[in-house]
This record gives sequence, C-alpha cells and structure tokens, in this order.
Amino acid sequence: MSANFAHRLEGTEERERVATRSLRVRLVLAIGPTTMFGGIAWALVQPWRLTLLHPAGQGFWWLFSEPPLYVVLVGALFRFVIAPGLVEDMEAAE
Amino acid sequence: MILAGIEPRAEMVHWWFATGILVLGLLFFAEVIVGPEVWGRRPWRRYLWPGLLFLLGVLMWPVMALYTNSMIHMVAHGSWAQVLMIAGGAELGVVRGKLHSQYWRLTSAGAFLVSGTAFLVHEQNGWFFARAAFLHHALGWTLIVASIFPLVQAIKPRSLIAASGFATTFVVVAILLYCDRDSAAILGHFSRFAGVMHR
Repeated sequence: MSANFAHRLEGTEERERVATRSLRVRLVLAIGPTTMFGGIAWALVQPWRLTLLHPAGQGFWWLFSEPPLYVVLVGALFRFVIAPGLVEDMEAAE
Repeated sequence: MILAGIEPRAEMVHWWFATGILVLGLLFFAEVIVGPEVWGRRPWRRYLWPGLLFLLGVLMWPVMALYTNSMIHMVAHGSWAQVLMIAGGAELGVVRGKLHSQYWRLTSAGAFLVSGTAFLVHEQNGWFFARAAFLHHALGWTLIVASIFPLVQAIKPRSLIAASGFATTFVVVAILLYCDRDSAAILGHFSRFAGVMHR
C-alpha cells in the first residue's frame, strides 16, 4: 500500500471516529435541553397545569405541584449535573 | 379526617413518581448512548439508578399506607413497593459486586410484570370511564409488554435494542403518569359517575 493512500485512509478513519464521538457527545448534551423544551412546550400548551400562573385560592400542594416545571427541572438537572461528567469521561475514554 | 384534609391528591403523587421515573429514563438513555464502560467510570454514577429505583420502592410505602381507597389499592401499592425495592436492591448488589449473575436483571422483569398487573388489577373501571382509568389500563399493559426488555437483558446483557426499549419504557411511563388527573375526560369520554370533570 502506498504511503499516501495509507495516510489518507488513516485520516478518514480518524475523521469518522471524531464524527462518531461528537455525535454521541451531542446526543448526551441534547438530552437535557430536549427535556426542558418538552416541559416548556407543555406549559405553553396547557398553562392551567401551572397553578403558579393563577395562584389565588390555591393550597400548598397545588402550588407545590407544577408538573411542566418538574420536567424542566429534570432536564436542567441532567444537563448541568450528569451530562458534563459523562462528556468528560467519554472524551477521556477515547 | 384531618389527614384527608392535608394529604396531597392522588394525581399529585402520580406526578411526583412521574418525575422520579423520568429521571430514571434519562439516566438509562445516557447509559445506552455512552456505553456501560464510560457510565461506570465514576462510582457514584453506577449507584444512581439502582439507588433511585430502591428509593421509589421505599416511597411507595407511604402511598400504600395513606391512599387506602380500598383493600386492592393497598395490595397493589404494597406489592409495587416490594418489587421496586427488590429490583433496586438486586441492581445495587450487582453494582457493588456482591451479586455476580446477569440473571439478577430478571428482578426488573419481575418488577415490570408485578407493577403492570397491579395497575390493571386495582383499576376497577373500564378504559373510557375517565382519564385516570384509561391511564391505569395503558400503564398496566405498557409495563407487561415492556417486561420483555429486562428479560432479554438478563439473557443478552449487551443488547442495544433491549436497553433502548428499557429506557423508552421509563419515559413512556413518566409521560402517562404526568397525563393523570383524578377526574378528567379521555378522548371525549367521561362517565357521569366519575365526579366533577377537570381539564
């Protein structure tokens, strides 16, 4: 095999490896924002599920129970607590 | 009863459990994407989902004790608490290295089967009685059908399809639980015996 061809082949493999890695990194980084977007979209479609928007006369449990906000919080938790370490470890492993 | 006045409504408890189950779903998805080797690089991460599963089992006991609508509700919630704790405990044992067999994953399949059956058994009304009844039936059958995923994982631990299906099941269950309302219509159906209709 000629040196030029082998070098090109190696370069292609490296690019593919980087592309695959970045796809996985992007997927992990996308989980949190996608979840957060789902929660925000839900709040916009069903604003009555957020009692904080109309708090008058609501008891403690109704003010505490804000399902669309829970979804946003779960997404934020994943993005800022779980995802950074995972990305770091993925890159270290490669 | 004083307790009945201060305790949260059943729909709210469903939303809280939905949140815990959604967290589990995201963790499973992340593990599928990065692979078990990368996932296991930090010890605390390995304990995350078995610990949360066990915690959900523990939290099911107050639900059993406080939401005593009927005997069948108590039995259903009690059996749930037990199978979630068994599955969480078994997975914790595997992570800790105390348990070695891949077949401990069968406890998760058992948890799915028992949870699904409990959903179906403790819902006394038909599918279109109200949204809560519909969701109980949907959740029950979802879990029973999805028990195939941990079953396959016990036999083929590296199966990507089974792992993805397992993760998807948790997200679907979370969405169904978030949809729950104590008394709301489902696809235009609402029984006149189901109380006052909410959105």
